[in-house]
This record gives sequence, structure tokens and C-alpha cells, in this order.
Amino acid sequence: MAVETLGSVTLDGEGFFVHPDEWTEAMVPELARREGIDPLTEQHWKVIRFMRQEYLQKGTGPAVRALSKSADISIKDLYQLFSKGPAKVAARIAGIPKPRGCI
Amino acid sequence: MTRRIVILGAGTGGTLAANRLRRLHSRDAVEITVVDQNDDHIYQPGLLFVPFGLKRPEELVRSRHAQLHDGIAYLQSPIDRVDVAQDTVVLADGAVLRYDVLIVATGATLLPDETPGLTGAGWNDTIFTFYMLEGATALAGKLAAFDEGRLVVNVIDMPIKCPVAPLEFCFLADWFFRKNGKRDRIDITYVTPLDGAFTRPIASQVLGSMLASKGVNVVTELNTGEVDSERKQLIGYDGRTVPYDLAVVVPLHGGAGYVSRSDGLGDELNFIPTDPQTLQSRVKSNIFAIGDAADIPASKAGSVTHFEGDILVENVGRYLTGRSLDGQFDGHANCFIETGFDKAVLIDFNYDTEPLPGHYPAAIGLPLLKESHLNHLGKLMFEWIYWHSLLPGHSLPGVGSAMPDRGKIHEPV
Repeated sequence: MAVETLGSVTLDGEGFFVHPDEWTEAMVPELARREGIDPLTEQHWKVIRFMRQEYLQKGTGPAVRALSKSADISIKDLYQLFSKGPAKVAARIAGIPKPRGCI
Repeated sequence: MTRRIVILGAGTGGTLAANRLRRLHSRDAVEITVVDQNDDHIYQPGLLFVPFGLKRPEELVRSRHAQLHDGIAYLQSPIDRVDVAQDTVVLADGAVLRYDVLIVATGATLLPDETPGLTGAGWNDTIFTFYMLEGATALAGKLAAFDEGRLVVNVIDMPIKCPVAPLEFCFLADWFFRKNGKRDRIDITYVTPLDGAFTRPIASQVLGSMLASKGVNVVTELNTGEVDSERKQLIGYDGRTVPYDLAVVVPLHGGAGYVSRSDGLGDELNFIPTDPQTLQSRVKSNIFAIGDAADIPASKAGSVTHFEGDILVENVGRYLTGRSLDGQFDGHANCFIETGFDKAVLIDFNYDTEPLPGHYPAAIGLPLLKESHLNHLGKLMFEWIYWHSLLPGHSLPGVGSAMPDRGKIHEPV
């Protein structure tokens, strides 16, 4: 699995943070740019901060439907903000592991 | 003083929990009441076979009440809500049930109306679900007459009950059309929100190869946002479309409706926040959850519910006597995956261990992650075991609740 570094940060083969505590908000613009998101709007920030908070509180970021309901943003709007799989993309920018998909 | 246990739901989890608890505690010590809104206990794993004419719908349904042992009170009523603060359940007619312990076993509910266009003009005509008895029955007629075109099997989003069932549908459809000489005029495509056939790497690879070898196309990472039943296409939130002539979907799932009316009981999808090891809810210490109703990161499957049974009952007993909870559920699940031609694959896994090759429940046993006729027989026999062993709350000989490591082959390090 290829691993790369963003400065001193380690990402796994899919681009998720291996050590979430290495993340800082200052990294967000660069992480977003890598996902093709530029400029970052207030809505982007709202979702990113929300994902981070959910992870810290519950141990995992939410999948897209749960994210939509608890952040009160429609799934359609989430896809406008993060076009390729909002939960995964927002998780990468928020420095948290891949949301636990159900098995 | 008699303690009162109220169990919401008389499906797999509610029934086995009630029967186990009744056997463990005297009627003087513990009163057990089970509530369900209807008396139709459906053997859900059988629904997969109905569209292919392999099972008749009436063979799958028995009385819920009849599966509960003596000394268990049964109330048939819709539930209005649970009042967590007051430790009461309010039924639809206003009746109030007080409880010392509440066990939520109301499972997962299908929400087809939450996907725009799904239950419109094409519903039960060109787009179906086999997750409901009526849908599975209607689909049988359609499949028998389907001669050519595009069959699309789609999981709208996770979580769903029995994540392997849509794959089984693809495998059985391949078998069905080959048997009837129509396979080369029918295109089968599996459309999933996941990034592979399954969420764990080894099984995903094995199942993905099997789909490929049976000529089933796979479209991944597609979250279906709506259905255009006029043009007959699924439309992803990202704009991708998948055309179909016949679509078989697994609708969105959520927890039971009354959970949304019960302040503080459920999460945003109406599942109960539950400790993954003890099965005690995170909502209040006197509320437990078993089966599909819980939000734990295990599959929503009957085997999980069965393996949870003795841990749940142990911990409810400890709670009632003021002891600390000891039971530890390891997330054990196993699933038979019908692959057609009288064969099936068996997978066995838990929270920490993905499906691995080998045998189950020990080195001598059913083959894991491999097609075999023996596994298919196991799947068929399981129906008898369900009604006669599992629901009465018995453990199966040689089959422990925890996932066995014996018999599994780990990759050499």
C-alpha cells in the first residue's frame, strides 16, 4: 500500500490519515485542493468540522445518509460540495479514518 | 419483588431473547412481555428463493405468538413511543407498559418511499424488492416471463439487512436464466454504493471474481438518489445513470418508526446507540438492544442476532441483580451465500477478523469462502434449525457464540 506524506503527516493508500491527531485546521485548504475543491466555502467548513467532531465523539465519521440527517444538509447539496462521495472526501479533508461502511 | 422485562419486537431477536430469559428466571422473579404490531413471523432468508419459484410465500410465515414459550405475555399492538425518562412504553391505543428492563428488538424497517421515484409508476411492475413478501411474490411472475434485456440489482445505500442477499440474487438469476436458456439475451449488472463486492478485502476479491466468472457486471460507488421509472433508469447522486429493463433493489433501511417519536432513544437513522460488546444501550442503563435495531458495527443478520442471544441474556441478568456487565459480544456473524447450481459459499467473521478461508466450525466442517454442495445443504437445513432450535433459544451443538479461530487459514506473515 503506497504511503505518502503531507509535510510530516502520514496518509494511507486511499489518502486517509493514519494518525488523525496529526491533523490541524491549517492543513484543510491544501487537503481540499488535492480533492479538487478550491475555494473552500463556509458550507465546506461546516461539513468538515462536523465530520471531525463526529469522529472525536463516536470513534467514526458518519456515512453520507447519517451525515445528511445530523448536519441537516441534503444529500444533493453534499454531492454539490464534495462531488465524489461526500463522506469519504470530507473524511480525508477532516483528517479522520474512512467512515466505517456497514458490512 | 417481580421485575418486569418488556421486549419490543417478536422477530428473531425478540423471540429468542424472551424464550431464553423465561427459561433462566422464574415467573415470580421476572415478568416478561413481548410486543409486536402483527402476528406474522417471516423466515426472511427464504425471501430470496421466492422470486425464482424455489419457495412459496406461505411456506415462510408462522404465528409470532406461537414461537413464544409459556409464561410470556404477548401483546399485539403498534407502539406509539418509548418514554425513556419514565421507563414506560406507550402503545398506539394509549396503554402504558412500565418496565424495569427494556429490550429493543424491533429490527430494521424498509423505507422505499424515501427514494424519489422508487414507489411510483414502475413499482412492482419494472422495479421490485424481494425484501418484502409481496414484492418477492410479484417478482416471481416477472422473472418467469423475462426473456431479454437488462436486469439491474441495486443496493440503494447501507446499512441493509443481510448484505450478501443482493449478491445471492445475482448468482441465482444467472443460474435461473442459464437453466431456462435465456442467459445470453440477458445482461445482469450489480450496482452498489460500496467500493467492491463486499467490504472486507479477501471476501470482496473472492465474491468479485465469482460475479465476473458468471458474467455479472459490477458498478461500484454509486449512491442511488432517485429512480426515473418512465425512462427506466437509476440516477446516482453524482449524476451517473444506470438503465434497466427490470430492476431489483434493496431499499433504504432505518430503525422502527416509533423510535423517531421516542425522545433520546435512537440515532439519526432510528437505530439504538448500543455498546458493541455488552449490548447495553448507550441511552440508559436499563435499555438493551438485540439484532438489527442496534447501531453496532456488525452485519444485520440472523446469525448475529443468535450469537448475541446468550450475551444479552447474561447481561440483562447481571443488570437485574446489580452486578457489573460481563458478557462480551465479539461481533460474530456467519452467512451462507447461495451461488446457484445447488452450491453455496459460507463466510464466518467478527469485529476483528474478516472472512477467511478454512473450515467451520473447526478444521472438520463446512468449507469457508468456497462453493460447495454441502454449504447449500447447510443453507436449506438452516430453515428447520431456525424454527426448532434458534427461536426457542437453544445454542447449536458445536457452534459457539464467539467466532472460532480453529479451522481458519490465516495468510502467512
